[in-house]
Amino acid sequence: MNCNGVRREISNYIDGDIDATVRLDFELHLQGCRHCTVVVDQVKKTVELFCDAEPVDLPNDVRSRLYEALEIKLRSL
Amino acid sequence: MQCATFMTGENGKGFAGRMAGAATGLPTRPHRDTFMSTNPHRIPSTVAKEDEHLLVAAAKGGDLSAFNELVSRYERKIFRLTMNITRNREDAEDAMQDAFLKSYSHLKDFAGDSRFYTWLVRIAANEALMRLRKRRPNQFSLDEPIPGENEELIPRDIEDWGPSPEQRYGQTEMHEILSTAIDELEPGFRTVFVLRDVEGLSTEETAKIVGISVAAVKSRLLRGRLRLREKLDRYFRRGGLH
Repeated sequence: MNCNGVRREISNYIDGDIDATVRLDFELHLQGCRHCTVVVDQVKKTVELFCDAEPVDLPNDVRSRLYEALEIKLRSL
Repeated sequence: MQCATFMTGENGKGFAGRMAGAATGLPTRPHRDTFMSTNPHRIPSTVAKEDEHLLVAAAKGGDLSAFNELVSRYERKIFRLTMNITRNREDAEDAMQDAFLKSYSHLKDFAGDSRFYTWLVRIAANEALMRLRKRRPNQFSLDEPIPGENEELIPRDIEDWGPSPEQRYGQTEMHEILSTAIDELEPGFRTVFVLRDVEGLSTEETAKIVGISVAAVKSRLLRGRLRLREKLDRYFRRGGLH
């Protein structure tokens, strides 16, 4: 597998959605290519950062309008 | 890799808080006091999971305070989802409101074979996508190929990110970086990335919601992840933006 092949399989690799033989080729390439190793690590890190990010608090005005809408509409059902 | 950290109790403000002590008799935010000492917004996922089916059952029976507890628990995550898809605050707010209202009126259709939150995400994603399509009908179509979708993205200039980015940036600064990066992503890539990697939906569920094939979801997820890596690289490489 060359660098382009690794790029195409990065997502499948980090999702574990990859054939055993392709995975072997992928990992074999990484052993000899620092460039691709860094890219794979950074893509993993990118996913982790978004995954782990806590949502911020709702702005007060947004929250007020949400609960007002729920209070009015749900009680009328 | 899939995001599996989403099952948190959310904050205690709002309607549910005002209605506390009403009809359900269900536990609301057990252990919250002790947990608040470290993080005011999270309760252990097991606690959220344990009482969720009770809250859903009570809400199905017409108990508004139980439903409002569910709203309170997930409001921040649902707003983040609708914001991430629409990137427009007004649309995100409308989509969130309608998602909660629809989830209540269709609660009888919730079979309980998935988590309530996952079911809610599907409703909210549909509401957000509807608004996104409406606002920008001529700019893009989520179910058509995206320019550059089939191009190989070969990063040429690779540099190690050095110490962990989380250690180099504060929470607020990191939030801004992630928000800017996702804001710049094409809607077709962004939507798939958000549903798969932030919300943890399966490839098949994502395909169904967006209205594209499983192969297109995989392709867009790959491109979305690679493009986000590139965007974050501006900040995280040594000597990057500060």
